[in-house]
Amino acid sequence: MSKHETIIGLEVHAQLKTSSKMFCGCANNFGDPPNTNICPVCTGQPGTLPVINKKAIELAIKTALATNCKINERSVFARKNYFYPDLPKDFQISQFDLPLAEHGFLEIEVDGNKKRIGITRIHLEEDAGKLVHKGADRIMGSDYSLADYNRAATPLMEIVSEPDIRTPEEAKAYMEKLAHLLEYIGVCDAKMEEGSLRCDANISIRPVGQKEFGTKTEIKNMNSFKAVMKALKAEELRHREVIDEGGTIIQETRFYSEETEKTKGMRTKEFSHDYRYFPEPDLVPIAPTKEWIEEIRKTVGELPDKKENRFIKDYGISETDAFFIVSNSKMATFLEETTKSYNNPKAIANWLVGEITACLKESKMTFDNIALSPNQLAEMLALIDNGVLSRKVAKEIVLPELLKGSNSIQGIIKEKGLTQISDEGELVSIAQDIIRNNPKQVEQFKSGKEAVLMFFVGQVMKATKGRANPDAVQKILKEALKK
Amino acid sequence: MIDKTAHELHDLLIKKKISSVELAEKVFLRIESVEPQIKAYITLTKDEAIKQAEAADKRLKENKNVTLLTGIPIAVKDNMCTKGILTTCASKILANYIAPYDATVVTKLKEAGSVIIGKTNLDEFAMGSSTENSGLQITKNPRDLERVPGGSSGGSAAAVAANEAILATGSDTGGSIRQPASFCGIVGLKPTYGRVSRYGLVAFASSLDQIGPLAKDVTDAAILLQVMAGYDPKDSTSVNVPVPDYQKSLTTNIKGLKVGVIKELMGEGISADVKSAIKSAIKKYEELGAVISEVSLPSFEYAVSTYYLIAPAEASSNLARFDGVKYGHRSQEAKDLITMYYNTRREGFGAEVKRRIILGTYALSAGYYDAYYLKALKVRTLIKQDFEKALSNCDVLVSPTSPTVAFKIGEKANDPLSMYLSDIATIPVNLAGIPAISIPCGNANNLPIGLQIMGKAFDEETILKAAYAFEQNTDWHLKK
Repeated sequence: MSKHETIIGLEVHAQLKTSSKMFCGCANNFGDPPNTNICPVCTGQPGTLPVINKKAIELAIKTALATNCKINERSVFARKNYFYPDLPKDFQISQFDLPLAEHGFLEIEVDGNKKRIGITRIHLEEDAGKLVHKGADRIMGSDYSLADYNRAATPLMEIVSEPDIRTPEEAKAYMEKLAHLLEYIGVCDAKMEEGSLRCDANISIRPVGQKEFGTKTEIKNMNSFKAVMKALKAEELRHREVIDEGGTIIQETRFYSEETEKTKGMRTKEFSHDYRYFPEPDLVPIAPTKEWIEEIRKTVGELPDKKENRFIKDYGISETDAFFIVSNSKMATFLEETTKSYNNPKAIANWLVGEITACLKESKMTFDNIALSPNQLAEMLALIDNGVLSRKVAKEIVLPELLKGSNSIQGIIKEKGLTQISDEGELVSIAQDIIRNNPKQVEQFKSGKEAVLMFFVGQVMKATKGRANPDAVQKILKEALKK
Repeated sequence: MIDKTAHELHDLLIKKKISSVELAEKVFLRIESVEPQIKAYITLTKDEAIKQAEAADKRLKENKNVTLLTGIPIAVKDNMCTKGILTTCASKILANYIAPYDATVVTKLKEAGSVIIGKTNLDEFAMGSSTENSGLQITKNPRDLERVPGGSSGGSAAAVAANEAILATGSDTGGSIRQPASFCGIVGLKPTYGRVSRYGLVAFASSLDQIGPLAKDVTDAAILLQVMAGYDPKDSTSVNVPVPDYQKSLTTNIKGLKVGVIKELMGEGISADVKSAIKSAIKKYEELGAVISEVSLPSFEYAVSTYYLIAPAEASSNLARFDGVKYGHRSQEAKDLITMYYNTRREGFGAEVKRRIILGTYALSAGYYDAYYLKALKVRTLIKQDFEKALSNCDVLVSPTSPTVAFKIGEKANDPLSMYLSDIATIPVNLAGIPAISIPCGNANNLPIGLQIMGKAFDEETILKAAYAFEQNTDWHLKK
């Protein structure tokens, strides 16, 4: 391979979680039946005017604060002019030379090495509608095409990175970090598979030591974090091969195919669009006040990195567990909620990472819509500590019931007769029966093989269907066997 | 009856001397007799109008929610959206377009109880100064049927001048209310940019467009402006400032009013007839106690060029949506998307609209943007500053509304540049965003001449006052 380094920059589009569209009051629900969430404004009827959705600005400012960006005192919407049937006005309202925020960064970690990736800008724009083609998979050659404007003018936030990314792995780490952050601060669902987060990648290579960038290509159609990495690996390799063979890279847009795991140029004739950007005269500049920004700052809350450190330091949770829990904002909140009524964060963390995650996976459920409440988990863990429930019963019977939606632990215990047997008399009589029926093992124990004790414990647990208190059983057995 | 003003008719309506239905029917009778010559209207809405008149009569009878416009017949320029009624912009591309909503101004007119007679002709998409650019019909000047009514609100001006409506709405991007008012001998007011909501006005040049009244006298213009004006959350460029009671500003005492005469608009390019009428008007102001001075706007000479970069640039983008996809004309000849776009727009737009789209597209193109569009924005700022400076020493500025009286139909049709120059006095006002009114101030060969009075931003009161004082002391507005 040639002595080249790879330069990658990512342009990310995030669908904002607002209730209404970017410039009108229509619901931001584009999954609904076609053309049900539309109005004169978002279908580009003559004479209509856009009105900025304040919530969308708020969410973008929130993102800017969470990514260390500088929020511009004055930013301007601009028209990006091009004709296409999914764009009702035949221009897209976007931002151009004066974006909402600039000059931020995200810190990523790859193989234990931390690195800052610069964020060039964050801006707001409107999405286009959706076209459905009959008789072909695109408009060219189709019998006819249908337009659904439910998605037209829904809010999009574009986050552009600096060309600071050097490997496809870093690109993947950046995307994961960004997605996690956006989901965490509640501005976007951030699911690449569902399209709520989309990514275009610019990639070029240059000889190590050279300052100027090489010719870049733009990669589209990557629908998962993994695909981002694979596509960039494939394209990186293609660039190197072309250059090694003495060829030149053509600046173009290429599409990644999940099937072939390769990128493919779409146009034979490359023409550069002239979008004729100019300031949107129907809107006034955005000038967020300092007070408003400070109000929004309060809603950002603790960011994942900080939270992770706190869990490790204050709660004594392992780094792996802390990372696992914090990577799901709901789980992190769940942990903190549970500690309010059960003061053993480490134990809670163990259950979250271990039993609860396993049980959810087994029943094909996700943490996002978990039926278990923090109070229930706290109650269950306390019952285990108090010896009312055995760990085994809690894990195998109570937890699955709670995850299915049962709302009373006491109810489950009563219904299934799960109370731990701590009554000495009852346990003594069970232990004695077992000793009587296993003389061989009694001999072994008496001859000094103390490990056989665990055989007897197991038998008692079996006889009580796990309801016996293991500590009490051991004590009783030891005494009975010595007799 | 129909030659009366709205405020006179209001008195008759509340005194029950006439009914609104009666008035509407009289207007439609007049339309029947003169419309074949004038051709002011694209669409007449008689059935709806009679219903609105009946509702108005009920309001008048019950004396509930009676406004100065209740029961008054009004014409709406056909670039303002009306729910369920054609809104064509006088373009073939929208010849079949029925808007699904009412413009804010139309809503306000309906709420006030006025009676909408129909939709008036204009230069296609309001691009022009003679209404000859209408893609649908030619409107004639009621004062001389061989002449143009001015434009682009030529249909509205002609309708009011010919008593085919008592009042009319117009829109003004570079003079489209004031110049036709001047040509037809009536009153037209362009409010401050942001004073009246543009929601529902089919955009020509968003940063310049403004809706305003066309009326038979200053009082009527004030009454109609009162109803139109006000902040609208649907228009982000409308400004949230209080709307004063405009009728209160209609006083004849203008002693000490500082009137600035724009030097650049009293020289070359202004016809002798017009110049002498304006000079007489200035003399009249002096008689009435105003203090006259001469002011200069050095950036003035660049106004028309600046306008013809900014307005077409915005128009090229605003008119992109007429693509045959969603509404309006769609070419039946096309086999694919690109030819559908090409053919639809080729068939749907007229020559002047195409000329401006091409001009605007060019001005915004990569490599030309800085030299044209951006430079034009900078000159616009200079023009604005010149007006601010002049108006810091004067209460109002005056000039002719148009360099000439109404010209003959066809006279300038093949000379776009000379047509563009007919807006030389009105264009700078739109670039500066300030309010201006045109009132009749003289005649030349029985053709009316308009005086333009300009004021400070959001100070429509002072120009109304200056206009009213002149009107009350002259009788040019009564000449037919």
